[in-house]
Amino acid sequence: MRGRALFWLFITPVLLWLLLLILLPHLDLLLLSFRNREGWTLDNYRTFFYEPVYWLTFVRTALYSIITTFLTLCLALPVAFYITKLARPGMRGLLVVLLLLPFWVSELVRVYGWMILLRESGGLNYLLLKLGILHQPVEMLYRDATMIMGLVYTSMLFMVVPLVSTMEGLDDSLIEAACDLGAGRLTIWWTIIIPHCKPGITSGSIVVFMLVLGNYLTPNLMGGKNSLWFTEQIYNQFIASFNWNQGAAFGFLLLALSSAIIWLGLKITGQRLGEVAR
Amino acid sequence: MIRSLPRSPSYNRAFTLFITLYFLFLFAPLLVTCVLAFNNSDFPALPWYGFTLDWFLSAGPERVGIFQDADNLRAIRISFQTALWVSLLSVTVGVCAAFLFEQENFIGKELLYYLMLAPLVIPGVILGISILLGANTVGSYFDEVWGWDFDLFRPSFWLVVFGQFSFITTFVTLVVSARLRTFDRSLEEAALNLGATRLEVIRLITLPFLRSAVIGAGAVAFLMSFENFNTTLFLVGSQPTLPINLYLQVRDGSTPVINAVSLLLILGSAVLAVINLYFDRRREEKG
Repeated sequence: MRGRALFWLFITPVLLWLLLLILLPHLDLLLLSFRNREGWTLDNYRTFFYEPVYWLTFVRTALYSIITTFLTLCLALPVAFYITKLARPGMRGLLVVLLLLPFWVSELVRVYGWMILLRESGGLNYLLLKLGILHQPVEMLYRDATMIMGLVYTSMLFMVVPLVSTMEGLDDSLIEAACDLGAGRLTIWWTIIIPHCKPGITSGSIVVFMLVLGNYLTPNLMGGKNSLWFTEQIYNQFIASFNWNQGAAFGFLLLALSSAIIWLGLKITGQRLGEVAR
Repeated sequence: MIRSLPRSPSYNRAFTLFITLYFLFLFAPLLVTCVLAFNNSDFPALPWYGFTLDWFLSAGPERVGIFQDADNLRAIRISFQTALWVSLLSVTVGVCAAFLFEQENFIGKELLYYLMLAPLVIPGVILGISILLGANTVGSYFDEVWGWDFDLFRPSFWLVVFGQFSFITTFVTLVVSARLRTFDRSLEEAALNLGATRLEVIRLITLPFLRSAVIGAGAVAFLMSFENFNTTLFLVGSQPTLPINLYLQVRDGSTPVINAVSLLLILGSAVLAVINLYFDRRREEKG
């Protein structure tokens, strides 16, 4: 009897949380996306496909998110390699702490830091002018490339941490053996390190992709007027046009896209969400 | 190639240079933000006009420092209250969920487990609009059917708390579950044999074992809530949290007051990071 009571004590808050705050709101999102003031309709989805600005932004957001995820991976691999395989063992702990530190700070503060560094009157322009490299200040903010750099910066952590932990498990003697047998650096990377890190690469890429796709702050503050991000379209529908049904349709499309890509990523690498979460 | 193998000096140099540049990339925006909080200039930009504490202390009328800035101080207070409630709620429910998934067996457990993981793969913006829509639907239902009007179902303080709670609890659950998995169940069995009830076992044995994990998860939950932007953006009412308030200021042009707030935020997060690290270490030492 006592055991049962305890079971209900555990499950009640968990059910309340998952049903009231996760399941029902998302069902409501789906239902509302098929409605407008008159009743049931497909209009909200029709608008998406007939207005190029909407689906172009959608495709753009998806492509840029993939590019960002890939760039983050390319940058994170050598960093993780240095920390786990090259740095002196005494330095390791310190480097990992340093690596994590900036990500404890609010994303807004980090983006703001980049804004005052990169804008026309910003720190980098000042430095380059003083050094004589530039003769006229250049607006570095509000460009697609800057926005992607900002996105890489804000999501770096979620790639580096899983990579460091999987690379730690790679036995050094495998690399030594490959080296003794005459393998070059590229071969070692391609046939030993990357296959070994596959679980870390998968979980890192999934998290980074999802965070970039759903990011609002960085594209909004660092991207220009033309670099619309799909979350901004959702925001506009909700806050500016007050067309919640349209916004719900957009939201559901974004959710479907992110779930599809995550599902695909898990399928290709043969992993399960439960494992990745650990 | 690696530590134990001979490497050419140019390989070493190139890698050291790469890592140095990488850390410069990581810290440059934060350093610039902190330094410019003390610049005696009306804009957060170089050149350096000398050291001042105006952006912290000045009472106006030209410059209003952060400690005199009622608007930002209020936002900080609201963020504190939000984060306190969110960490309290998410730790309570997260511990329940960890016990549920690690120690109980029931029909539909796997399904519920996947539902618990869902917030990891739902973008924060979507979570925000879903909860806004859901709350609105429920709110208008109450209003139409019974004529009841609750603030809770409109963008408000409590909606923000529940919105943040909905995904932060997942992180708490995962951290506490990981710790609970390393727990030696024979300790529980021994206590049960000696006549303790299950509730006593949890209170006297399991919870003390989980303490450092719970405190660590609570600190992370506090910080995640304090800094959350994406979900909060859609749920915020007339009481903006600090990230929302800062965002509005940054969007409409900036003054070094924002640098001063940022500096305080950086210091605050660093303190929390160190606390969390300390508890992590202790957890590792204890095994």
